[in-house]
Amino acid sequence: MMSIKNYVNNLSDEDLKRIYKKMLMIRKCEEHLGEATKNGAFPGAVHLYIGQEAIAVPLCDQLNDSDWISSTHRGHGHFIAKGGDVKKMMAEIYGKSTGICGGKGGSMHVADFKKGIIGANGVVAGGMGLAVGAALASKMDGNGAVSIIFFGDGAANQGVLMEAMNICSLWNLPMIFMCENNQYSEFTHTSEVTSGKIIDRAEPFGIPKYEVDGNNAVDVWQAAYQAVQRGRNDEGPSFIEAHTYRQRGHVEFEYTFLSRTYRDQNEVELWKTNEKDPILRLESYFIEHNKYSGDDIEKIQKEVQDEVDDAVKFAIESPEPDISSAMVHMIER
Amino acid sequence: MSKQRMMPAINLALQEEMKRDNKVILYGEDAGISLLGQTTGLQENFGKDRVRDTPICENIMTGMAVGAAAAGYRPICHLLYGNFIYTGFDSIANQAAKLKYMTAGQVKLPVVYMAVIGGGRSAAAQHSDIPYPALMNLGGVKVVVPSNSRTAKGLLKSAIRDDNPVFYLTAAGGGRPEEVPDDDNYLIPIGKSEVINQGNDVTIISIGSMTLKALQATKKLNDKGIGVDLIDLLSLVPIDEDTIINSLKKTGRVVIVDEARDICSAASHISAILSDKAFKYLKSPIKRVTVKDVAIPYSPILESHVIPDVADIVNCIEELLELN
Ligand SMILES: Cc1ncc(C[n+]2csc(CCOP(=O)(O)OP(=O)(O)O)c2C)c(N)n1
Ligand SMILES: [Mg+2]
Repeated sequence: MMSIKNYVNNLSDEDLKRIYKKMLMIRKCEEHLGEATKNGAFPGAVHLYIGQEAIAVPLCDQLNDSDWISSTHRGHGHFIAKGGDVKKMMAEIYGKSTGICGGKGGSMHVADFKKGIIGANGVVAGGMGLAVGAALASKMDGNGAVSIIFFGDGAANQGVLMEAMNICSLWNLPMIFMCENNQYSEFTHTSEVTSGKIIDRAEPFGIPKYEVDGNNAVDVWQAAYQAVQRGRNDEGPSFIEAHTYRQRGHVEFEYTFLSRTYRDQNEVELWKTNEKDPILRLESYFIEHNKYSGDDIEKIQKEVQDEVDDAVKFAIESPEPDISSAMVHMIER
Repeated sequence: MSKQRMMPAINLALQEEMKRDNKVILYGEDAGISLLGQTTGLQENFGKDRVRDTPICENIMTGMAVGAAAAGYRPICHLLYGNFIYTGFDSIANQAAKLKYMTAGQVKLPVVYMAVIGGGRSAAAQHSDIPYPALMNLGGVKVVVPSNSRTAKGLLKSAIRDDNPVFYLTAAGGGRPEEVPDDDNYLIPIGKSEVINQGNDVTIISIGSMTLKALQATKKLNDKGIGVDLIDLLSLVPIDEDTIINSLKKTGRVVIVDEARDICSAASHISAILSDKAFKYLKSPIKRVTVKDVAIPYSPILESHVIPDVADIVNCIEELLELN
């Protein structure tokens, strides 16, 4: 895999530094969640995004609150990347009243409609239709807003993907299909459950496709740039397949209930190295090109860590939801 | 006999039935490694031909079961969580439940759809539903809900041997270990409930995960001198009307405990049956203890507020007795 060298004019150092910091924010939030879940600090299970940060952030960096994203069970990264409030996300995962969903949704349902975050989703490919609907609304509004569906390699096997690609192409909707191929669908390697190449599925629908190294923030940014511009200019949908790797388990603690392993630990370690890890790669780039010193990076790391610590403190100190809140928000009578 | 939890008991039933009949096949997402433990070791024992890992594609999975059954196999379609029954619902509602009828009985459809249902784990709204009310209303499928490891084994074996589509829905919690018969012909007939405690003052009819809570409530009520006839329903389609009506004749009072939302729940259907067929034996209104009419929330405090617990059952019965 190549290092980050295809530096391009339309992406400034400032852009890249902002992207780096957001990616770090996701990483540090998730590292906390991975640790805290061991002590049962919060209810429910978490699916961590660690290793895939260079997909959500460079794409969402080009979006506004009026653009829409719809995501997956592995949705914390998308939420943060699209500008979701870290404190409110953390409080949600801790099941607290101050959470972005009042503690009613938890990890798999973090959403903030004001920020264009339709939300994470507990149903694989469940967010697909929602994103298409938002793309339809943007198209009808003619406001240049785009809609993104983040989905996994596993989700790519749901039939709804075909229905979505057909209608988006047919109606020329401002939709971006962002497939995050992290090689696994739960505990099964993609190759065992997927025929052909996922990216090729866009072809018969006449949807332009971009295949990228999902651990290279610049690569992703470039593809996303094309796709977002197409959407904004009413040129229709785009399909991106970003190759990446899930560094953590499908869900934290999976080896406490699985009867055997499903991947080689050496494979996992390989993706954590300077050459592969999306955050380490950016750091190497900054240092090699004298954009940041080691001290600068340490300082940023600390800033981000402080913010995460604040969010955790906020979550822990927040009150539990009031029981009465369980009974509202179904249908209005 | 040996003490087992729910998932190993299900696994045992699958192993026995796959060994007995090589037309039994099983497929599902991660069926080989097994997310929840029901299918552990099956692929090693019966091969990747008969035990298949599917892509994530519930629509084709549910439909494929109907076609394979029509063509002579006895497929077990493993759908993980009950909520994903909704994802694959079209072939269930429009094909599995109707094909035999529409074609004047030309086909047998020996399909088992299995899934884990219910809440109590902070898994939130899309992983905690009780989908059986919608299934019961289809008419063309049987529905069974074991309450513990013993009934899990006996009902699954009957479901696999049945020539109709059967939904086999187990509680996520799984309850406590119970004695499970080793007998590889241990069958619990579909459509029969079990009276698991005898008493004269009130009948409790419980379903699935609620049976353990009802049993605990029964003990508390016994301590207060209230005798409970406790019926573990086990089958929702068909329902064992004789047993519940006979119990009502004895006690005159009925409380139904169901983890479904109240509207069109199994509980409301049972109460309709009883008021139709046994009205003159009733000494007080039929009561339902059900989940509140909301989606299942994530926060444990909220979740335990909406799902019935032992105290809800005890309170309901005490109020009922005070009425007289
Ligand atoms: C409709 C549906 N089927 C099955 C599941 C269980 N499940 C949760 S995540 C997952 C694998 C998803 O794989 P992928 O789309 O590649 O996403 P990743 O976990 O790799 O991010 C499965 C099968 C589900 N949540 N929804
Ligand atoms: Mg994947």
